Amino acid sequence: MDIVEILFTASFWVAAIRIASPLIFATMGELICERAGVLNLGIEGIMTAGAFAGWFTVYAGGDLWTGVAVAALAGAMFGLLHATLTVPLGLSQHVVGIGVTLLATSLTYFTYRLALPEVTSPPKIEAFQPLPIPVLSEIPVVGEALFAQTPLTYLAFVTVALVFWVLYRTPLGLAVRAAGENPSAVEAQGISVNAIRIGAVMAGSALMAIGGAFLTMSAFNSFFFGMINGRGWICIALVVFGSWRPGKALLGAILFAAFDAYQVRLQQITGGVVPYQIFLMMPYALSILALILVARRATYPKALMIPYQKGER
Amino acid sequence: MPALQEEKPIANPQDGAAPVVLRIDGVTKRFGPLVANDAISFDLRRGDVIALLGENGAGKTTLMNILFGHYVADEGSVEAFGSSLPPGDPRAALDAGIGMVHQHFTLADNMSVLENIALGTQSFWKARFDRAGARRRIAELSGAFGLAVDPEAMVASLSVGERQRVEILKALYRDAKVLILDEPTAVLTPSETDALFHTLKLLVGQGLAIIFISHKLNEVMAVSDRVLVLRSGKLAGERVTAETTRHQLAELMVGQEVTPPPVPPVVTGPSLLVMEKVSTARRANATPLDNITLSLHSGEITGLAGVSGNGQAALAGLLSGTETPLSGSFTVQGNQVGKNWSPAEALAGGIARIPEDRHAVGTIGDMSVTENVIAERYRTERFSRAGFLDWAAARKFAEEIIADYDVKCPSPEARIRLLSGGNMQKLILGRALDPEPVIILANQPTRGLDVGAVGYVHGKLLEARARGAAILLISEDLEEILALADRVVVISKGHLSTPSARGQRSVRELGELMAGHGEEGRAA
Repeated sequence: MDIVEILFTASFWVAAIRIASPLIFATMGELICERAGVLNLGIEGIMTAGAFAGWFTVYAGGDLWTGVAVAALAGAMFGLLHATLTVPLGLSQHVVGIGVTLLATSLTYFTYRLALPEVTSPPKIEAFQPLPIPVLSEIPVVGEALFAQTPLTYLAFVTVALVFWVLYRTPLGLAVRAAGENPSAVEAQGISVNAIRIGAVMAGSALMAIGGAFLTMSAFNSFFFGMINGRGWICIALVVFGSWRPGKALLGAILFAAFDAYQVRLQQITGGVVPYQIFLMMPYALSILALILVARRATYPKALMIPYQKGER
Repeated sequence: MPALQEEKPIANPQDGAAPVVLRIDGVTKRFGPLVANDAISFDLRRGDVIALLGENGAGKTTLMNILFGHYVADEGSVEAFGSSLPPGDPRAALDAGIGMVHQHFTLADNMSVLENIALGTQSFWKARFDRAGARRRIAELSGAFGLAVDPEAMVASLSVGERQRVEILKALYRDAKVLILDEPTAVLTPSETDALFHTLKLLVGQGLAIIFISHKLNEVMAVSDRVLVLRSGKLAGERVTAETTRHQLAELMVGQEVTPPPVPPVVTGPSLLVMEKVSTARRANATPLDNITLSLHSGEITGLAGVSGNGQAALAGLLSGTETPLSGSFTVQGNQVGKNWSPAEALAGGIARIPEDRHAVGTIGDMSVTENVIAERYRTERFSRAGFLDWAAARKFAEEIIADYDVKCPSPEARIRLLSGGNMQKLILGRALDPEPVIILANQPTRGLDVGAVGYVHGKLLEARARGAAILLISEDLEEILALADRVVVISKGHLSTPSARGQRSVRELGELMAGHGEEGRAA
């Protein structure tokens, strides 16, 4: 197969969209947090917790959608912890974020070991199955890539539309965006900055956890250690790449996933000539390049990472 | 300036004709040992314009922040329309019809005018923000009160005057019955100030009550019915504006007779610093200088007047060495300034700096008084030997400044952040003036200082002038410039006006220049 031909195969695009789905959830989650002025570096750990919570709910006999809800709840709780420390207490968002990532990851592994002490190979669950949408899924390439995916992928795209609508078309979104730009404008209008920020971090963290749950419930069908593998950190870069806008961040997630799907296929055709590590590195190298090109012009939320203390100026 | 009280009969506040809309009763607020507000009580009636007059640090802004719920008072209560306001709740203040135009605008730059105004006025449970309704209401209000502003414009693109109009609209949009304006004219040009006063008159005509916070006597005399004077947290007096004089108010405000400093004549010497057709590079947050020509002479104070943000920062940066000229010729004592111009070069060239922001730039808050006073010269032979600091010499120097400049501080080892603004400024003055500099950059040297400290700083600058130093005085306070400067230059959008000798241009003419009118195409 030719290296250009790959780009026109349906399987390539199916894979790209599948790889993009968890990134889309988590990127939207991070974007909400940052738009409200809070950098959430807990993302990597929260995704791990979400991956386990969703998978374990189904493993223990729960319904698939219940699993998604439990994952979201677990994420929201870690979000509440992060927000309590960074918003009313105003602690360093970097330190708290890394702390939450370490705590959530370790707590998840610990719980996994407690719940499944005897297991050597990770057990599988009956995960989400592809749900082709009639008629639309029969369009060549595009139909297969976009309309023959699992329900969670569809939910990822719905989430982007929802986040866009809430941020730009509702009174609540107005307050969230203002809280990340100039919190004193929010307080002067009688709105609690802390409430807006805590709410945004909780909602964003819930989305991150669903992103993690996608991996165990719609891709690998089981939970194993280290499975998030830096996806959370990629999402932080994607928010910057998307200039804090949901649409552009979605594009970034798909672009990154496409690089990732592409490198796997390139490894197969060049078989053995080029070391495979070069290909593994490619999506990351390209995202650094894309960041350099795009993010220099980005206008970031002005109050990002600045704790707000009432009455101070 | 239009005088509001001429348009309507003066209501004697004691006759009780109009209903009380706001009652402040015994409000006290302490910050540690400092009593910012000490048992303050007053009433505000419908259609009343009260001016709250006081120096920086007298407690005006603290009082208003308590009123609006940003701070919680330690004692006392606030009553609006007969019912008491819960402390510390801005929402309650807004709902009671109290609107506040903060000194530092509370607008989000990434949103439009309309979004800023309607923020928080619609339920968070609504699935759609009602843009059309908001636009209609803003159009009505801006038409009725002469507050022209494009609702779809991004706030980031607005001028300061426009931003203030947005702030007023925000309050009116929420049906404010009481409007508090905190130092509203501090950032406005004279013509923008006139437009603001016109709007205030229309608002009072609609039955609003206004609290106007200021330290400018002429404005207070022009807009208010009654004046409350605050001095070190206490209500020092209350006067009916029509029955008082500027002089009387000034005395109440500072608690002593105020006399402008005498400016003895000094023979002007040669040019010590010359800039010809100098431009600076564009920066993110500052207006660059555009083709300016300026020379500073020995024995002369050159006053630079202008509204903040018109290129003062770039000019101050050039003199301090933090900015290099992009084009043009810049000489200091005859030496051409080149690419390697730096703060160290500026100091070596005999330029002393009194920076604009003494907390952020002038001092290092967590270091001691001694460390701060040697900060500019710690590498010289006087304070170090073979790479080691000579602490004895440093301490002696700090003690000299403390004694000579009458600085009140616990010891030379005290962290400088613990000092008051006036004492900190005295230390900076001592540090800057000790090497007897030939050129002095005094950037906002008296901002935020009390009257005593202001007089002290002015006296020291005049002493340096008598000694033959060339001084550039940058100030947003026109009165300070008129009192001290031998020559006045106005800066506007990075351009300099032609210089005018003391008394040559009227305040109105200077105001026009500050607003960027007149003198088109003429090089300074």
